[in-house]
Amino acid sequence: MTTDPVLVVEDLKMHYVTRAGTVRAVDGVSFAVARGQSLGLVGESGCGKSSIAMTLLKLLPDNARLVSGSIILNGVDLTTLSEDQMRAHRWDRISMVFQAAMNSLDPVYRVGDQIIEALEAHSASAGRDAMERVRELFDLVSLDPTYIRRYPHEYSGGMRQRAIIAMALACEPDIIIADEPTTALDVIVQDHILREMQAIQRSLNMSMIYISHDMAVIAEVCDVVGVMYAGKLVEFGPTTEVYARPIHPYTKALMSAFPSVRGEKHDLTTLPGEPPDLLDLPAGCAFHPRCAYATDECRTSIPPTVQRGDHWATCWNPVDDLGGE
Amino acid sequence: MSAVNAQHAVPTALWRARLRLALQSLRENWQLFVRTRIGIIGLAIIGLYALLALAHPILMNTVWEPRTYDPVVGYAFDETQQPAPPSLKHLLGTDPLGRDILSQLMFSARSEFLLGLLAATVTVVIGTAVGAIAAYFGGWVDTLLMRLADIMIMMPAISVLIVLSALIGVEHFELALIIGILSGFGATGVVLKSQALSVVVKPYIDAARSAGGGHFHIILVHIVPNLLPLSFLYMMFTVTSAIFSEAVLSFLGLLDVRMSWGLMIHTTESAGYLLQVTEFWWLIFPASLSITLLCSAFYLVGRSLDEVVNPRLRSR
Amino acid sequence: MNVSVGIPASASLALVSAVNLAKRYPVSAGWFRRDRSFIHAVDGVSFDLMPGETLGLVGESGCGKTTTGRMLVRLTEPTDGQVLFKNQSGDLEDIAHLKGAPLKDFRRRAQMVFQDPYESMNPRRTIFDTVAEPLHVQKIGDHSERFERVSETLSMVGLTPPASFLFRFPHELSGGQRQRVAIARALVMEPSFVVADEPTSMLDISIRTGIMQLMNELADRLGIGYLYITHDLAVARYMCSRIAVMYLGKIVEMGDTEDVLQYPVHPYTKALLSAVPVPDPEATRDALSIKGSVSAPVDPLPRCRFYDRCPIADDYCRDNDHPPLEDKGAGRLAACHKA
Ligand SMILES: Nc1ncnc2c1ncn2[C@@H]1O[C@H](COP(=O)(O)OP(=O)(O)OP(=O)(O)O)[C@@H](O)[C@H]1O
Ligand SMILES: Nc1ncnc2c1ncn2[C@@H]1O[C@H](COP(=O)(O)OP(=O)(O)OP(=O)(O)O)[C@@H](O)[C@H]1O
Ligand code: SF4
Ligand SMILES: [Mg+2]
Ligand SMILES: [Mg+2]
Repeated sequence: MTTDPVLVVEDLKMHYVTRAGTVRAVDGVSFAVARGQSLGLVGESGCGKSSIAMTLLKLLPDNARLVSGSIILNGVDLTTLSEDQMRAHRWDRISMVFQAAMNSLDPVYRVGDQIIEALEAHSASAGRDAMERVRELFDLVSLDPTYIRRYPHEYSGGMRQRAIIAMALACEPDIIIADEPTTALDVIVQDHILREMQAIQRSLNMSMIYISHDMAVIAEVCDVVGVMYAGKLVEFGPTTEVYARPIHPYTKALMSAFPSVRGEKHDLTTLPGEPPDLLDLPAGCAFHPRCAYATDECRTSIPPTVQRGDHWATCWNPVDDLGGE
Repeated sequence: MSAVNAQHAVPTALWRARLRLALQSLRENWQLFVRTRIGIIGLAIIGLYALLALAHPILMNTVWEPRTYDPVVGYAFDETQQPAPPSLKHLLGTDPLGRDILSQLMFSARSEFLLGLLAATVTVVIGTAVGAIAAYFGGWVDTLLMRLADIMIMMPAISVLIVLSALIGVEHFELALIIGILSGFGATGVVLKSQALSVVVKPYIDAARSAGGGHFHIILVHIVPNLLPLSFLYMMFTVTSAIFSEAVLSFLGLLDVRMSWGLMIHTTESAGYLLQVTEFWWLIFPASLSITLLCSAFYLVGRSLDEVVNPRLRSR
Repeated sequence: MNVSVGIPASASLALVSAVNLAKRYPVSAGWFRRDRSFIHAVDGVSFDLMPGETLGLVGESGCGKTTTGRMLVRLTEPTDGQVLFKNQSGDLEDIAHLKGAPLKDFRRRAQMVFQDPYESMNPRRTIFDTVAEPLHVQKIGDHSERFERVSETLSMVGLTPPASFLFRFPHELSGGQRQRVAIARALVMEPSFVVADEPTSMLDISIRTGIMQLMNELADRLGIGYLYITHDLAVARYMCSRIAVMYLGKIVEMGDTEDVLQYPVHPYTKALLSAVPVPDPEATRDALSIKGSVSAPVDPLPRCRFYDRCPIADDYCRDNDHPPLEDKGAGRLAACHKA
């Protein structure tokens, strides 16, 4: 793995303006993704994972406000681009598999034609070349080439998801963002797709941001992982490190709440309380009302960053106090 | 909490919660309604005619002398020639039979409202029942009701009414019933059924069934309340079609009614003034304009409600 | 009742007994075609559930889990087979013919928790209305007694203080709270049997664990028999003492949960297990041996349902009928010619 970063995100803030108030869906997030690396984003529903993805692609609804921050993709700051320039970047350099993408194929066109259209829109190739490329792509995601000329309803859920992935790969982007690409699928289909995505990513030396709420899936797919809580990254580091020695109590709680089919049957612990309300975040560390380790500082002041090599977390009371202050 | 206390506290708290939900959704829907503007225009027109209708009996009891101003049997002795053009005493003039047009207009407004609301209520009661029952029971009940609906929809309402009024004397009350039945068993029932179909597949219906709830309980408690917004919308459209049908039938002289906007035009026509619109404009315009305005007003309110209850239509 | 498949001699001790349950849904075969096809959604499913036991029903989407559960509480009429339920006098009784008072009694004692916490509550009714509905339709207690009972049940499922939830509406609750209300509604009648259809699949991990523990606790405390439907083997592991693995309308393996997960016998169970991702970045999983995905079981051929995807299938599997669910030793039941 090289260290040259493909994508650098600095202090990204994106808020939704609603009648009830401001939703701080992305609240000061910074990270970098190296070439060929896959970054996982985990967190509970509503913590802002999809919002980050949409912000990176600048596909935001009207009520979204990009408050601050920069998104530097291959040296170009995407936040400064106009919509036209951005359109040229999407698909070409940064592409995405959306949450519930299975339903995003147009039911009235053949799947192959939809991919060709995407290819031609980016003048990657046209006519016979484009058809050739579609064949390659279908091969890449292990779809039978006879399905090129079929309609989406003739595909199963898993096949549709593969077609969507093929489409996202069409222009050989530098980075692909996959937002819960397998959440709606069965384990067996999920297994096929995860393996294919990993293989493709490795063979093309592409970077990937993989969004999921499933700790197990992230463990399998990603080299680095970021744990999100209430619009912020609370822990970040190499997957092996984070899973073996979590620093943040939230990460630890998530992991011990996660049932596993293999190994010893350990007791599951429960996280008390409710997920945070992004309209009205608690002061200090947003996690403090549910945290078993919370102290007075947690309730009043923003927690500091605890750094352990390339693994960090923001917490007043790091769980695994190996550092020995 | 003592038993006596609880007995009173529970229903009160429950009703307070229900009231709160009702008020809250009323407030939200009202805001959406206001935002559509056309609904407000419609409501303003309806309000204006409601005021006219309400004012009529008051005027008759105070300033308007019945012998002169009665909408049906009055005669404007103070005019030398009938029909008389508008004057201070008769703001909209008089008709060929010497009756005050404004008084006729205001008097008729009330019966138009009663007709419209009765027709709409009948439609909605029947339509909701048909929709809920067809969707809930399915099978042959559904087939039967839907074939009946096909027949109702295929029958051209106006010609049915013409035949009926020739056979039995049709007054406002009968007219409202007929329109209500045609539309309730017909188009409105079909629309409400398709809405009900999306309700009967909800898991809470199954939950009610597995709790031991009977058909009556499920239809009344779970399905009908979820149909009400749409029912209310179709009430508005029924009012429009009722007023319009009434106008056509009385214009043709087929209704046994004492006075109505359609009858006012009919009187004008049978006295031979219909083609002299420019000269005797007060004989035609007040009535025809009222028909148009009130019909459109209910239609506008309906359209606007449509945007409120169908989120997909809401303009962003 | 002399159906032998999968019914142990202890059947009379059972709380609920499914006997060769089957459900077929007609599908139109095309225009102008008279011969109709059928989806064999559930096809010859038999098992017993003891009082206080939690039996897991696992399998991929569309394998017939929900249909089975619905037949057990008589929300779907079986095409074939019977559901026997222990009635007040302790006898197993076929629920298909229940009417009037005995049916009400059955409804009181068999409940279902529905999959989707967002759709399983009428948005226009308060939490009190929703939870009290079974009491209301069964005409149990007067207003204040119902109030007491609903409050108790709400605190039992962890919605405390109940008074602050009673008069709210579903949209004013979070997903986890709604799921608790759904459980409360099923428990308010103090049932002896509950079908729980993926009660936690829509919830976040952090909330999910709480609900799972709650249900376990209540099962122990109240002696409720659960049929716990899930597609998540890990969840089944924590909830169920026994599991039954379904594939295309058939139970293909059944036994003690830990046993089945440690030493699966049927090739499908093996595949399902090896497809579950592990939350350990250093672990590696073997590549899956099976290919393709489940199709709808429309007019299946008279051979093993798993034949097309089975890694160990041979000519015998091709030429013979679907294998019966039989004892493969140590109380494990599996339906495979080769296991
Ligand atoms: N257009 C919008 N306007 C207002 N608030 C929004 C909008 N879109 C999302 N939100 C809110 O922003 C927060 C973050 O949403 P987001 O979709 O990013 O969550 P997520 O982490 O992807 O969750 P999930 O796992 O459920 O997909 C949520 O609280 C959501 O309610
Ligand atoms: N009312 C119905 N009409 C026709 N087919 C149906 C009906 N209900 C279910 N089916 C079919 O029966 C099969 C089994 O469905 P069922 O809902 O029991 O699956 P499931 O195991 O619960 O799946 P999931 O995990 O997706 O909920 C599916 O192929 C489904 O399409
Ligand atoms: S019976 Fe044959 S086809 Fe079926 S699971 Fe066993 S080995 Fe596979
Ligand atoms: Mg999301
Ligand atoms: Mg199901």
